[in-house]
Amino acid sequence: MLGGDGKIIARDTPVIAIRNLYKDYPTPAGAFPALKGISLTVYPGEFVAVMGPSGSGKSTFMNILGCLDHPTYGDYELNGKLVSSLDEEATARLRRRTLGFVFQGFNLLPRMTLEDNVALPLVYSGVPRERRLAKARRLLEKVGLARYAKSLPSRISGGQQQRVAIARALINRPKLILADEPTGNLDSRTSEKIMALFTKLNRRKGITIVLVTHETDIALHARRQVRFLDGVIVQDAPTRKEEGTQP
Amino acid sequence: MTLFPGMFHEAWIAMGANRLRTTLTMLGMIIGVASVVLMVSVVQGAQSTVQESINSLGNNTLVILSGSAMMTGGVRTDTGSAPTLTMADAEAIGELSGIAAYAPIHMGMAQLVYGSLNWNGRIFGATPGYLDVRFWPLVAGENFTESDLRSATRVALIGQTTAENLFAGEDPVGKTLRIGQAPFQILGVLDRKGQSFDGNDQDDVLIVPLTTAQRQIFGTPFQGSVRAILVRIERAELMPQIQTAIVDLLRQRHRLREGQENDFSLRDLAAIAQFATETTRTLSMLLGAIASVSLIVGGIGIMNIMLVSVTERTREIGIRLAIGARKIDVLTQFLMEAILISIAGCVIGLTLGIGGSILLHLSVEIPIVISGSSVIVAFFVAAATGIFFGFYPARKAARLDPIEALRYQ
Ligand SMILES: Nc1ncnc2c1ncn2[C@@H]1O[C@H](COP(=O)(O)OP(=O)(O)OP(=O)(O)O)[C@@H](O)[C@H]1O
Ligand SMILES: [Mg+2]
Repeated sequence: MLGGDGKIIARDTPVIAIRNLYKDYPTPAGAFPALKGISLTVYPGEFVAVMGPSGSGKSTFMNILGCLDHPTYGDYELNGKLVSSLDEEATARLRRRTLGFVFQGFNLLPRMTLEDNVALPLVYSGVPRERRLAKARRLLEKVGLARYAKSLPSRISGGQQQRVAIARALINRPKLILADEPTGNLDSRTSEKIMALFTKLNRRKGITIVLVTHETDIALHARRQVRFLDGVIVQDAPTRKEEGTQP
Repeated sequence: MTLFPGMFHEAWIAMGANRLRTTLTMLGMIIGVASVVLMVSVVQGAQSTVQESINSLGNNTLVILSGSAMMTGGVRTDTGSAPTLTMADAEAIGELSGIAAYAPIHMGMAQLVYGSLNWNGRIFGATPGYLDVRFWPLVAGENFTESDLRSATRVALIGQTTAENLFAGEDPVGKTLRIGQAPFQILGVLDRKGQSFDGNDQDDVLIVPLTTAQRQIFGTPFQGSVRAILVRIERAELMPQIQTAIVDLLRQRHRLREGQENDFSLRDLAAIAQFATETTRTLSMLLGAIASVSLIVGGIGIMNIMLVSVTERTREIGIRLAIGARKIDVLTQFLMEAILISIAGCVIGLTLGIGGSILLHLSVEIPIVISGSSVIVAFFVAAATGIFFGFYPARKAARLDPIEALRYQ
C-alpha cells in the first residue's frame, strides 16, 4: 500500500480502514443512499483531502469517520478497533482521545473564554481545572493566540477562532484530525495560514489529517486526494506537484 | 465514572452566563420556599402559643365567670357590672364530688407604684389555693396564708412582667409597693407563665388575698362577691357531669326560675385549648398544601426555562458530544444546573422567609417558631424539585443527536 508520500508503510495498523460502507438516509420518499460502497484505508501520518461536489456525501462520510453517525452497512475500523462493536462510553472515549474535530463554523462555545474552550475536551477526561487551563494556554501559545486566553470568541476574527478550534482539537494529542471544510468560512489568505498550521501538525507531529474542501488550492496542501461523486469514490491519488502550478 | 466536579463547574458557568434568566428562573423557587418558611414559622408559633397556654392552664380546668355569657361578652371579665358570684358559691362548688381544687378570684386593673416607677397592672384577688389550681410555682419567697385571707392583710405575689416593670432587676421579695396610698409587701415572685390564648400576658399580674382585693382595692359593692371561680376537676371524663352539676347548683343558689338566663357562664378551657390545637393543625395542613403548590409551580418554572435553555443550547450540546462528552455527562450538567438553581433559589427563599418571619414578629408581635427541621426539609424539597423537574430537560439534552445538534442554528 502506498502512503501519502509514496513510502510503503503497510506494517502499520491503518488509522482508518473502511470496507464497502453504505449509508442510507430515511426520507419520506424512501431510503436515500448517501454513501454507496465506500472503501478507504488511511495510514498514520497521511494527509488526505476529500473533495467532490455538493451533496456527494463528504459530510456524511466525515460524520461516520468521527463516530458521530453509524453506517447502514459495512465495517469501519478506527485505529484497529471495529467502531460498530463499541458502546457509547467507548465511542465517546475514542472521540475524546483519538479524534480531533475542526468544523467549518469553528463551533466554539460563545460564553466561554478561549482557554476554557480549548480545555473543554479535558473536562470529560476528568482533568482538574488548573491542569486543564495550563495545558490550554500552552496550546493557545502554539497557535499564536496566548494573549487572548481570557477573551470570549466573539472578540477575535474567524481565522483566529479557527486556530483556537484547532488548539481544542489538539488538546488530547489525537491520532487523527477530521476537518469538514475548515476554511469554508475564511478568505484565501487566512485559509492559507490555517492550512499551513495543518501541514505543520502533519509533518512535525505526524498527526493524520482528513480534510474536506471544495477548493483545489486548499487540497494541494494534502498529500493524497480522494474525490467523491454521488456517494462513491471516483478518484484516489497522491497530490501531484504540477497541479499546484496550475492557475 | 461521573465527572461531578467538572460538570458542577460547567453548570456554574452556564448559570453565571445568563444571570437575569437564572434569577428569574429562581424566582418561583424563592417565592415558594419563602412562603413555606413564613407559613411554617407563623403556624408553629401559633401552635406553640396554644401549647404553652394549655400547659400554663393545667388540664381539666374549668372557669366560672360572673355575669351571663352575653354580659361578659368574651373574655373581658375584668370590667363591667357587679359580680354575681360569691365566696359562698365557690365554697358550695368545692363541696361537689369530683372537684380537686377551686379558687375564687376577683380581678381588675390598678396603678402600682414602687419608688419612682409606675405600672398600670392587672390585680388578682385570690385564695392561697389559686397557685395550686393553676400549677403556678413561685421562684422566690412564699405564698400568703389563710390567715392573710381572713384578716385581709396587704401582702402580694408578683408576676414576672410586673416585677420587671416595677423593680427593674431588684429582688422584689420583702419590698413594699403602693396601690393608691396603701402599701403592700411582696411575699413572693411567680414563675414565668407566658401568654394566654387571648394573647394576654399572664405574667402581668399582682396576686393579693381575695379579701384584700375586695375591701381595699376594688371596693366591691357586695361583700364577698367574686368575678370568677377557677375549678380543677379530678379526671377529664368527669367534665360534662361536673359542668351540669355546677350549673344546677348555681341556678338553685341564685334562685333562677325556669326559662331565666344564667347570671354566670362556664368555660371549659381544656376544650377550648383542644379546639385551638385542632384549628391550628388544620390551618398548618392547609397552608402546607398551598406552600407545596407554590413549590411545584416553582419547579415547573425551572423545567420550563431548562427546556428553553436546552433548545437554545442545542449547538453547544452537539459540540460537547462531538468532542467527547458522553450522554451521561450532558445529563449531569443540565441536571446539576437545575439543582443549583433550585438550591440557590431555596437558600435565597430561606433567607427571605426567615427574615420575613422575624420582621413579622418584630412589627406585629406575632409569635413565630423557626425550626431547624423545616429549614432542612425545605432545602431537600428544593433539591428534589430540581432533580424532578430538571430531569426531563436534561434527558432531552442528553438524547440529542450530535449531528442534528451541530447543524442547529
Ligand atoms: N439527515 C439527512 N437526511 C436525509 N438526507 C440527508 C441527510 N443528511 C444528508 N442528506 C443527503 O445526503 C446527501 C449527502 O449529503 P452530505 O451532507 O454528506 O453532502 P456533502 O458532500 O457534505 O455536501 P456539501 O459539499 O454541500 O457539504 C445529500 O444529498 C443530502 O441531501
Ligand atoms: Mg458537507
